Amino acid sequence: MSQFVYLYRGAERGRSPEKMQEMMQKWMAWMKQLTDQGHIKDMGQPLEHTGKLVKGKQKTVTDGPFAETKDIIGGYTLIEARDLDQAVELSKGCPIFEVEGAVEVRPVMKMNM
Amino acid sequence: MIDPSDHLFRREAGRMVATLTRIFGVHNLALAEDVVQDAFCRALEVWKFRGVPENPSAWLMATAKNRALDVLRRERTARTFAPELGQLLDSEWTVAPVVEELFGANAIKDDQLRMMFSCCHPRLPEEAQVALVLHILCGFSVNEIANAFVSRDAAIEKRISRAKKVLAGSKRLFDLAGADDFSGRLPAVHRALYLLFNEGYHGASPESAVRAELCQEAMRLTALLIEHPLAATPATHALAALMCLHAARLPGRVDASGSLISLFDQDRSRWDSRLVAEGQRFLDLSATGPELTQYHVEAAIAWVHATADRTEDTDWGKIVSLYNTLVTIRPSPVVALNRAIAIAQHEGPKRGLEEIRAIAGRDRLATYPFFHAALGEFEFHSGRYEIAREHFRAALAFARNPMERQFLEQRMGACEDAAPQRTAVARRQEAPVRRVVRHKGRGPG
Repeated sequence: MSQFVYLYRGAERGRSPEKMQEMMQKWMAWMKQLTDQGHIKDMGQPLEHTGKLVKGKQKTVTDGPFAETKDIIGGYTLIEARDLDQAVELSKGCPIFEVEGAVEVRPVMKMNM
Repeated sequence: MIDPSDHLFRREAGRMVATLTRIFGVHNLALAEDVVQDAFCRALEVWKFRGVPENPSAWLMATAKNRALDVLRRERTARTFAPELGQLLDSEWTVAPVVEELFGANAIKDDQLRMMFSCCHPRLPEEAQVALVLHILCGFSVNEIANAFVSRDAAIEKRISRAKKVLAGSKRLFDLAGADDFSGRLPAVHRALYLLFNEGYHGASPESAVRAELCQEAMRLTALLIEHPLAATPATHALAALMCLHAARLPGRVDASGSLISLFDQDRSRWDSRLVAEGQRFLDLSATGPELTQYHVEAAIAWVHATADRTEDTDWGKIVSLYNTLVTIRPSPVVALNRAIAIAQHEGPKRGLEEIRAIAGRDRLATYPFFHAALGEFEFHSGRYEIAREHFRAALAFARNPMERQFLEQRMGACEDAAPQRTAVARRQEAPVRRVVRHKGRGPG
């Protein structure tokens, strides 16, 4: 098994309370399914949408946000899967696609050469 | 995990908006709505990784409270907040304790009541008041309200945004402490909740789940009135009784295939006896003053139906006399029609037809499907099946949803089956044979 990180991109707004609750329930069902199938290495964490950016030789500090709303990373999850194809396949169950968000699937670099 | 049938977010939306509007001031309603949206986004982001907290309502409220404090501190100089709270929000000494207090359980109940009274502003037409209550206090989106009312999104959007302008322009939220204003505004609040309940009970949405939700929301808000000493009047109790006694019949109103069942054919063992008892209790509480409202009379009528074990046991004499009272308190062609139906049950279809002919403003019923259906039933029970069938056909043209349509088609089928053999055979070749249900008078109950 190899490890992969899912980076969830895109934040949702402007939806009714009922729709938000539905979306939450879909997320939890998806996470549970992945857990039950043994694919979750680490559930991960949500990330605040703001923060600081430290950059350059001068270590200049600027305020976030760092990206357009649709590109903001809202959280990550550490996944175990056979290969990249399976990790991609598993990500397709994520409810984020219903709100035009995206999942970035990145293999964790292996140490053995 | 949250039970999917629990509309937690929707309910909490109403509580949060009411409280935040109390803090920010009614002119900042949009800001309050933004903060609520933020709280939900945050819940969604955090809960999906860490699971639903033990007390999700408290979590949401605490998030809204913290956000409110941020906004108050950040925008103190740029905005004015609730004039009612004066300087309390300006000083760092008082802002946190004041906000803490305003997020207390009892304060939140009062905030919802205050918002309910504010939404029933005399400058707003009744349908706008109902839409506003549903949107602000029940957390329904424009689209969900449009679905429930079988209206276009754009029409509801317009209605709500106009209503919000009136509300925001009213400068202050309704003052619950002003006793005169309170009793003056209470009837409008009753009326809005009554209309909300009716929309659920008789309304046009084909989805019975949507409609049951409207009934539940009306009952939840009425329960808030009952908890408040000034609002718990005999009329409020009568309204609560009316809702309970009608809601008790909801489980029997639709059959397994989703078709409406007439009051007379419902399986009464499916009625909710707990709600009947609750209704009875409210009805007793409503009989404590000299005031007799339409809610008292309608609740009493519902009580007679709810407590008859079998259709045959219904005390029609009592129902007729209650309708006689109702037409004097709240005269309307629909009430007169229902009275005529009760009279037909009590004294026969011929009397029913006479009463219908005597209804003042009868032409206003021309597009009401159950006006034609009532004529159909009276003719049917007089043995004039062909004429009855034409009335049901007329009713069909005005049916407001598939359930009503199906119900009326069944009645047309019953007319064909009851008509002389030759005609029935000829008719059957035109239309598929329908299930025949035994029916007496009156539309679906």
